[in-house]
Amino acid sequence: MNKLTKLFITLISAITLMLSSISTSFAKVDGEYIVLGAAISLTGKYSSNGVHTQNGYNMAVDRINKMGGVEVQGKKYKFEIIYYDDESNPKRAAQLAERLINQDGVKYMLGPYSSGLTKAIAPVTEKYKIPMVEANGASRSLFTKGYKYLFAVLSPANQYLEVAIDLAVEKNGGKPVRIAQAFEQDAFSQDVRLGILDAAKRTGSEIIIDDKLPKELNDMAATLAKVKATKPDVLVVSGHTKGALTAIRQIAEMKVDVPMLAMTHCDAAKLSKQHGKKSEYALCASQWHKNLSYKDKFFGTGKKYDRDFKKEFGYAPPYQSAESSAALLVFKDAFERANSFDGDKVRDALKVTEMQTFYGNIKFGPGGQNTAKPMILFQVRCKGDTCENKVVAPTKWASDKFFHPIPKWSERS
Amino acid sequence: MVQASLDGILLGILFALIAYGMALQWGVMNIINIAQGDLVILGGYIAYTMYLAGIHPAWGVIVSPIIMFFVGWALYKLVINKVVDRDLFISILATFGIAIIFQQLMNFIFGADVVVAQSEYGTTMLFDNSVTLPNSKIFSAVVSILYAIALVIYMKKSRLGRAIRATAQNARAAKILGVDTEKVYAATFGINAALCGIAGALIAITLTLHPYVGLPYTVRSFMIVIVAGLGNLPAVAISGMGLGLFEEFADYILGTEFRIGAVFMLLVFILVYRRFKLSKKREYLK
Repeated sequence: MNKLTKLFITLISAITLMLSSISTSFAKVDGEYIVLGAAISLTGKYSSNGVHTQNGYNMAVDRINKMGGVEVQGKKYKFEIIYYDDESNPKRAAQLAERLINQDGVKYMLGPYSSGLTKAIAPVTEKYKIPMVEANGASRSLFTKGYKYLFAVLSPANQYLEVAIDLAVEKNGGKPVRIAQAFEQDAFSQDVRLGILDAAKRTGSEIIIDDKLPKELNDMAATLAKVKATKPDVLVVSGHTKGALTAIRQIAEMKVDVPMLAMTHCDAAKLSKQHGKKSEYALCASQWHKNLSYKDKFFGTGKKYDRDFKKEFGYAPPYQSAESSAALLVFKDAFERANSFDGDKVRDALKVTEMQTFYGNIKFGPGGQNTAKPMILFQVRCKGDTCENKVVAPTKWASDKFFHPIPKWSERS
Repeated sequence: MVQASLDGILLGILFALIAYGMALQWGVMNIINIAQGDLVILGGYIAYTMYLAGIHPAWGVIVSPIIMFFVGWALYKLVINKVVDRDLFISILATFGIAIIFQQLMNFIFGADVVVAQSEYGTTMLFDNSVTLPNSKIFSAVVSILYAIALVIYMKKSRLGRAIRATAQNARAAKILGVDTEKVYAATFGINAALCGIAGALIAITLTLHPYVGLPYTVRSFMIVIVAGLGNLPAVAISGMGLGLFEEFADYILGTEFRIGAVFMLLVFILVYRRFKLSKKREYLK
């Protein structure tokens, strides 16, 4: 072994030692910092939404710290987050949650991106009684397991498109409608499907096509051929960004005429930008839109949040970022009301949260889901070649009228 | 019905192109390339990058294979030449590793968003609008067929083509007769990558791109090759179209959730049938 290698090895071991001593010195509250832990998908298939989530968290941490921080027992504290990259892998996420709690001594957690990863982490935080406020796991099954330390600022997945069916029935003069639907076979999309089944039952509507899209598939021509043949009143599609992009591309190519098209993930897929006019009239479920009139003292209104976020990160905030920022506001509020760093006291404070943020009203139901905020629907509308998402439902927030029915392809330019 | 058949055939032609590349390098080099699908997606991203730069993505079917040929060549020189004479298992492992590296690199460079390139080719209507054919799909089928024909002619007529065929038949004999097999292998892998590049560019304008969707293309081409056998282009084309047709019909009749399942059932059925026929043949010999 030559000198250089020896030196190198010594250096490496020195750095490792140093790092390990740093990480053990972190605790739940470190000097003037309240340390939160989060496993986020910075690489892998969820990395774009993972980054949106992280940006949302960071933006809120900066803002809260700048505006005085969190006051507990008369002393001001600042937020700090330890991030790990979970590689979009549920197993890894669960390991990292263990590591955050056992090695880094984190006592409060923020959620990862996606329902699947939240599902992987929730049992861990529950086991160690660590309160977790999550902003990106909407799957209904998260809220039926009786978790006591899980709080979600977003509406559960089954509510995503229920409103759309009500809207279709309303447009049909209160009479039941015929629904065609295609959902990806994953926890989230299947929950959206359950919501539609509920809505169909409630309104007496009939489901005439009920297809499941495999995860690896990017072709739904066969489903659309059936839609063409059966002429339903509503077509519902949910399959993350790939589903949304595939649906719009093939509906336009096959000239499928349906009076109403309802989807999820339109904004994450940047539908209006990637597909332009082809995506016009698509109706999309969203957790948040900047035009809603909620506000709080940290971010002001949604529009102001949109501006500030653009200035800081250079792109318009998707709802994934907005809800992540809201999670920090919830934590701050809970710490101040608990006036303590005791995990169970913070949890009890979280449980009775009732507040308004720029993102919406937040109040947790018995399962930990947010029950105070309705989902909104927007519709893609185009002027010339630029297309935009306009809020059309619920009527209270609507900036534009819902356009129904969608004109036939032969009449569209 | 007509709709499903046409969709299936157009899709199948595209699969056949990818499968032909696989059959070629499998036959010549005895390597099963797990990274096949990822080469396809990389080719797609090349076309998508052109689209972002304001060039019509259809030009990708010319640019992408050229770039991909060199990618394939480089891959051969870096990795494949070390595993080409080894056990099949080692080459599977090596290409599996390449697949993972490619996925992560694409994710790193192009991001994890699902993207599409717009060809704006419009749609052809048949039978009073009841059957629609996206022109982009027709375009992709035509391009695939043209390239396949060009490749067949090249294989038959050119010096390199003959060298490749000779190597496929008997690498040792070819070497003794003065064929530079090393070069032939590199060229074969390059041609395979170029075919993937073409297919990828076509997928960018007909379907969607994502760094992690390569595997289904690998599996399908693998299947087509198994069914058709190595070095049998017409069979590859027919079984490619057959697979496309079968998929669309399974989707249409059984429902989308059974599509992939039906494909695998078909694979099992064909393998069992082949074995059955083979054992009959053996009985004659006895």
